Amino acid sequence: MSSETILKRWNNELTIAGAGLLFLLPLMGMTAKTYLTLTIAGLAMGMLLFLVASGVSIIFGLMDVLNFAHGALFAWGAYVGFSVFGWLRGWLEADSVLLNFGAFFIAILAAMAAVGILGIILERVIIRRVYGNHLFQILITFGTTIVLVELIRVFWGPNDEVMAVPLTFRGNWDLFDVIVAKYRIICIFIGLAVYTVIQLILKNTKLGTIVRAGVENREMVQAMGHNIFLLFTGVFAVGAGLAPHA
Amino acid sequence: MNETILKVEDAHTFIGHHHILQGLSFEARADAVTVLIGRNGAGKSTTLRTVMGLLPASQGKIIYNGQEIQNKKPYEIARLGIGFVPEDMGIFANLTVEENMRVAMLLEDEATHQRLERTLEMFKDLKNFWRAQAGILSGGQKQMLAIARAIVNETSLLLIDEPSKGLAPIIVDALIEAINQIKGHSVVLLVEQNFYMASCVGDHFFILDDGLVVHSGNMAELVDDDKLKSRYLGISKAEI
Repeated sequence: MSSETILKRWNNELTIAGAGLLFLLPLMGMTAKTYLTLTIAGLAMGMLLFLVASGVSIIFGLMDVLNFAHGALFAWGAYVGFSVFGWLRGWLEADSVLLNFGAFFIAILAAMAAVGILGIILERVIIRRVYGNHLFQILITFGTTIVLVELIRVFWGPNDEVMAVPLTFRGNWDLFDVIVAKYRIICIFIGLAVYTVIQLILKNTKLGTIVRAGVENREMVQAMGHNIFLLFTGVFAVGAGLAPHA
Repeated sequence: MNETILKVEDAHTFIGHHHILQGLSFEARADAVTVLIGRNGAGKSTTLRTVMGLLPASQGKIIYNGQEIQNKKPYEIARLGIGFVPEDMGIFANLTVEENMRVAMLLEDEATHQRLERTLEMFKDLKNFWRAQAGILSGGQKQMLAIARAIVNETSLLLIDEPSKGLAPIIVDALIEAINQIKGHSVVLLVEQNFYMASCVGDHFFILDDGLVVHSGNMAELVDDDKLKSRYLGISKAEI
């Protein structure tokens, strides 16, 4: 068997093996403990970026819309979460896992709802007018970013705010001498959960199938009796609503 | 039965600045297959897209089953029971055959599933490629899928745009057989340049030229009228 044939036949396996070697390469220059601590921190940061990017990716991938305002939507989600944490301070500081998680999920839901509604308004008022025109999308969503950021200053003031962390999420776990921040592990799990849910909806539900069909041929989906604009408003709202997860 | 299922009255449609339909009027009867024929650029496809609401008429009326539909959105028109098979077939190439059919099914009730079974019996190839990506299908299979999607719902009027385009004669014959079966369940309004296919399935014809109907009648009369075919369609008896 020639080397070319081997490369073709084992393409996937070789890629995985190469990635695995690269993944383990830093072990040559550091201890296993440091390596694991940094790897988990890196994964957590990666998941945070994934959570922010998943919304942009859905909006661009499914609707072909370049949404430069996604960062501003993310900031809105963070500020809404911050306000909810402010109202539920007692729950955050309570020595109860249930209340801590309750506050955390209420904040996520409130932020998702607020940013989702903001997404619906943006799609209806602004984005719908620039479908199919990337240059206009960039300009108009960039302008939207400026407006949204200024509105944050109007509602929450110009100062930076520090988000409180629920009591249960504070501190570290000591796993075989490897110090792991609890918050990072939770980030990794939330990222994985969001990814799984997005995939399940897009691949296993009729709604997801219609959305994927709409990406390929918007006109045909309409001619089959589906209100594509309502669907895309929903996709935009979900995409925007994913931002606050991070 | 001699009732009209679709009536287009003085329809004007623009594509950009181009005035394509310039006061088109015709009727499709509920008991016949109506065929729109004409040269390239005559406005045949635009007529179907106008009926479907994809290119809204700027003037005129489109009446379907006694209801004016010219101001309705495409998805509202589809939900009234009008199926559409576009010229490019509109297949979702990255979806499987099954997913293409699922998108088309507006309801998941017993009657729709029975229609699906019946459709798959008619187009057996679709069953064989059920889980395959629609993009890998041959031209004829894609056309079958496009028609299958349009008839899986309770469709009373089926608009088909040039189904024979680019297909081998043997596939065209299979399509003719399929359309002859479909006309037992739905009224078919066909746009076709292939006169052989048009004459095999059509009962009534309208010849379009420059966005207007210039001649109409029974298909049997047109088959025998070489002068008319030569004048408006540019075909001689030897070509049929």
